[in-house]
Amino acid sequence: MTLFTGSDLTCVRGERTVFRGLSFELDAGGLLVLVGPNGSGKSSLLRLMAGLLLPAHGAIRWQDADTRDDPETHNGRLHYVGHHDAIKPVLTVTENLRFWAEMHGGNAGANNRVAEALKGFGISYLSDVPARFLSAGQSRRTSLARILSSPAPLWLLDEPTTALDKEAVAALESIIAQHRAAGGMAVISTHTPISGDGAETLDLTPFAQAAHDFEDGSAAA
Amino acid sequence: MMRRFSLLVRRDLRLAQRQGLDSLMVVMFFVIAVVLFPFGVGPEPGILARIAAGVIWVAALLSTMLSLERLFLTDYEDGSLELLALSPVTLEVLVLAKVIAHWLTTGLPLIIAAPLLAVLLNMDADGFWVLIGALALGTPTLSLLGAVGAALILGSRRGGVLLSLLILPLFIPVLIFGVSAVDSAIGGYAIKAQFLILGGLFVFALPLCPWAAAAGIRQSLE
Repeated sequence: MTLFTGSDLTCVRGERTVFRGLSFELDAGGLLVLVGPNGSGKSSLLRLMAGLLLPAHGAIRWQDADTRDDPETHNGRLHYVGHHDAIKPVLTVTENLRFWAEMHGGNAGANNRVAEALKGFGISYLSDVPARFLSAGQSRRTSLARILSSPAPLWLLDEPTTALDKEAVAALESIIAQHRAAGGMAVISTHTPISGDGAETLDLTPFAQAAHDFEDGSAAA
Repeated sequence: MMRRFSLLVRRDLRLAQRQGLDSLMVVMFFVIAVVLFPFGVGPEPGILARIAAGVIWVAALLSTMLSLERLFLTDYEDGSLELLALSPVTLEVLVLAKVIAHWLTTGLPLIIAAPLLAVLLNMDADGFWVLIGALALGTPTLSLLGAVGAALILGSRRGGVLLSLLILPLFIPVLIFGVSAVDSAIGGYAIKAQFLILGGLFVFALPLCPWAAAAGIRQSLE
């Protein structure tokens, strides 16, 4: 049995169908890379997986249980990194991370986890800097460090490499590899190639095309 | 659950404290709005004493209004709100935590400033404690109702004006009974009924408003 699956998903945003008939499967240790042109629904699919959007048709399941039945439990097993960095400029880097670390994990060991996370993304030297002084790349690294600050099996990363330099992309790749080696899963949408052994690629173009064809068909009828 | 709840409240309080000006500005607005009235209606003590309770309450409503727009907006704009929605607490609990932090940073300072303004407006001393009590019971309801409006305006342009149009009419019951309690106390009448109604409004808003605001936030994140 596959751990995390979506079957026959249709996503509608506003009046527009973004994609139709999309299915995916992801097992422990898996990496799913979402590709496709702008507007093909990569971010929408990640938001569906996170539960921020609900599918118009189809279901997303975790071990055969629909994730909609118990959204809080689903929230507890995932980390989502979206387009926004969600960083408060008046707090220091550590304070920013510590809040999310305690929110998702527990108080116990939160300091250590935050320190490890900062180290993982090579920004330990920024720990006491107020976040308003961060550059775009540093801010992105801080946002990504959240995924290391508390344990969760499923990582949903929406174009994580934006604003990152080569060194940070390499760090991210090795962190994802370690996460997978420990049985974790990751779904990444990207325009820049990101390497990972045994990664599956899901091209959203045909599903977006199916949605267009369907809408054109119903408009003609 | 309680640990995460207090974590959320502490986070908002810390943010408010670091951006200290925000809640100071609300109190300054409150003071200035009230101080304008003696200039407008003239310095005659009799007239000022007559309108004092109403002026203070209306100014309190408007200053609460002023701060409500940002209740969810900053978190919405920087992406924190969607992450908070993805944290292992229900959205209703999150809303309640933010409302409590909002009340502590705006409602409470207003209650502290109100007696000073009452003196300025020559309000009868019999009304002071009742004014404080009525504000203490009424302002949490304002924060709760305001949270619903603040959630509904997410994603809309010119949200501040829209928020006033949505929420100010809902503030009217609190205003009526808040002012009436103070006036009755000054006139020497019983105030129990007004306090019971203010309490009833609060008890009514406490479960319903977080629920409605959470629905609004879910909608905005789609």
